[in-house]
Amino acid sequence: MFRKIMMPIDLGHTEKLEKARRTGADLAKQYHVPICYVAVTAATPGALGHNPEEFAAALDAFAKSEAARFNIAAECKAIVSHDPTIDLDSALLSAVNEVGADLVVMASHIPNIADHLWPSNGGTIASRSAASVFVVRSN
Amino acid sequence: MSEDSTSTGIPGPDGAANVIETDYQIGQDNIETQLGPFGLDIHNPVFLVSGLTIVAFVFLTLAFQSDVGPLFDALRKWLTGSLDWFFIVSGNIFVLVCLILIVTPFGNVRIGGKDAIPDYSYFGWFAMLFAAGMGIGLMFFGVLEPVYHMAFSAPVGVPSPFDADGNLIEENVAAAKAMGMAATIFHWGLHPWAIYAVVALALALFSFNKGLPLTMRSVFYPIFGERTWGWPGHIVDTLAVFATLFGLATSLGFGAQQANAGLEFVFGIPVSDTAQVVLIIAITAVALISVLRGLDGGVKVLSEINMMIAALLLLFVIIAGPTGTVISGFFSNLASYAREIIPLSMPFGRDDDGFRQGWTSFYWAWWISWSPFVGMFIARVSRGRTVREFVICVLIIPTIVSVIWMTAFGGTAIEQVLTNPDSQVHQYVIASYSPELSLFGMLADLPMASLTSFVAIILVIVFFVTSSDSGSLVIDTITAGGKVDAPVSQRVFWCTFEGLVAIALLLGGGLGALQAMAVSTGFPFTIVLLLACYAILKGLADEPR
Repeated sequence: MFRKIMMPIDLGHTEKLEKARRTGADLAKQYHVPICYVAVTAATPGALGHNPEEFAAALDAFAKSEAARFNIAAECKAIVSHDPTIDLDSALLSAVNEVGADLVVMASHIPNIADHLWPSNGGTIASRSAASVFVVRSN
Repeated sequence: MSEDSTSTGIPGPDGAANVIETDYQIGQDNIETQLGPFGLDIHNPVFLVSGLTIVAFVFLTLAFQSDVGPLFDALRKWLTGSLDWFFIVSGNIFVLVCLILIVTPFGNVRIGGKDAIPDYSYFGWFAMLFAAGMGIGLMFFGVLEPVYHMAFSAPVGVPSPFDADGNLIEENVAAAKAMGMAATIFHWGLHPWAIYAVVALALALFSFNKGLPLTMRSVFYPIFGERTWGWPGHIVDTLAVFATLFGLATSLGFGAQQANAGLEFVFGIPVSDTAQVVLIIAITAVALISVLRGLDGGVKVLSEINMMIAALLLLFVIIAGPTGTVISGFFSNLASYAREIIPLSMPFGRDDDGFRQGWTSFYWAWWISWSPFVGMFIARVSRGRTVREFVICVLIIPTIVSVIWMTAFGGTAIEQVLTNPDSQVHQYVIASYSPELSLFGMLADLPMASLTSFVAIILVIVFFVTSSDSGSLVIDTITAGGKVDAPVSQRVFWCTFEGLVAIALLLGGGLGALQAMAVSTGFPFTIVLLLACYAILKGLADEPR
């Protein structure tokens, strides 16, 4: 059915993504496909690393941990952006093609009035990506 | 776990850099919450203290305007009058530190690690740092200052070419012209860019090489140690927010006044509060769009467009103005600047109080108060450059561009004033002082005045948009504790807030007080920057070269 699942991850808030992580893992096992965990960072130091290399190492550790936890095949891709707040959508859309994913599983908040001003990342990816997109509400 | 766990997409290895090990986690003091539908990720207490203080300041300034106006004016005059020597000495130190960085092995250190690759092309990088640094100032002062200094300021005692009745004194003309240009270039050349370079380099070094958050406080880690993350750091960051927001709001207000004056000059749209409020709303709206398009899609694109329009206007003035005089003037003005930079930099033993205190000292305080904003913005886009390349590009190239710009605009205006007493520049700078019209006056005496004046107005407005946009980015980063991925609603908040503060103070007449406040923040920041010089040298000493 699918070749590869891509799952965008906010490494600073992985606990809030639990439902999406489980959903993605279930689908990966169902269709026997790997998950590519994708995260976007700036080149400036952040809570998850002094530089992009440390951030990539943190993402790699996360992918390994998920692989062991759910018994799935996992890989990861760290993307460096000049302005992650704004460039997140375009970075994720490019990543879908680059990793060769045909299914995106991602968490998203319950829609509110703010989504009329600037749409959610999940909504934007679902409306623009050629891949299937499974948006998992956070609760 | 599969065997194919990989990470890709990271630019080439950053190589060796000397990261500072600290227990502090970026964002550990942040409050992450929802305010209605909007997410917040703000530093406690920097966001709250700076936000509430600014609201209180605006309210009190408006409520007690008649009292605080003279108070701040007196504060500004005291600072620039009594501490002029301090500002001038400090400015000289910043230039010397930059020159030392160029010629010593410190210059070999690469920002972002030994093998870091530049994020931006030279053109994009240069356009952004120049637009943030002084684009708007060149528009406002490019005509005003050379003519004013030649005619009135008498820097280091060089006499005016006009007598008390306004008649030309031929024997004074050559020296006054040369000094007028040298004094102007002095204010827009090495010294201001050295101030920006020090701040930007300090921020870039301690963030990209040392791994500390991209906020002003990080620069002081070698001095404060772990206390950097406590109140000493809170105070530094809060001061940086004040300086940036006050400076931006003031510039927005004055910029609206200048653009309105230009619109009246070209299209007959009368100067009014309504027109200026509409202009501020329009500038803020465009800035908001730019904010929502991000660093690459917004401010970078606008900066590049602006640089191209500015270059075309410059080319037009050179061709339509006294071309030969401008071209030869570039070299003679550069020579005058080189000759006069030492006398103009002397803090003592001078009789030109009006020029030294009213202009030089004021400018130095003004540049310094703007330096957290411009410096942080330059730092953010400068990863991958060596220190030598960085300092040369931030110090030398903008200085040369300033010389070219001032020579073209100021040189043309001076020729107009000296050859035609009825020229419009003579009218707006010498006969009746209307500084906001000086640029339009110069263009009016060249061909296609309506078109070029309109282009100048557009240029002024777009320069303000880029300032407002990049300023929002900087304030948001500081008030988010150095995080650059805080929710976009915060940037929208700061951008909108800048516009609202500017409108409130414009209508309340408090812009003068705010300008005085912005300049007043220059004094504590001068001390901050002097400490930053020490921190830079100490930080660079640990880096692989």
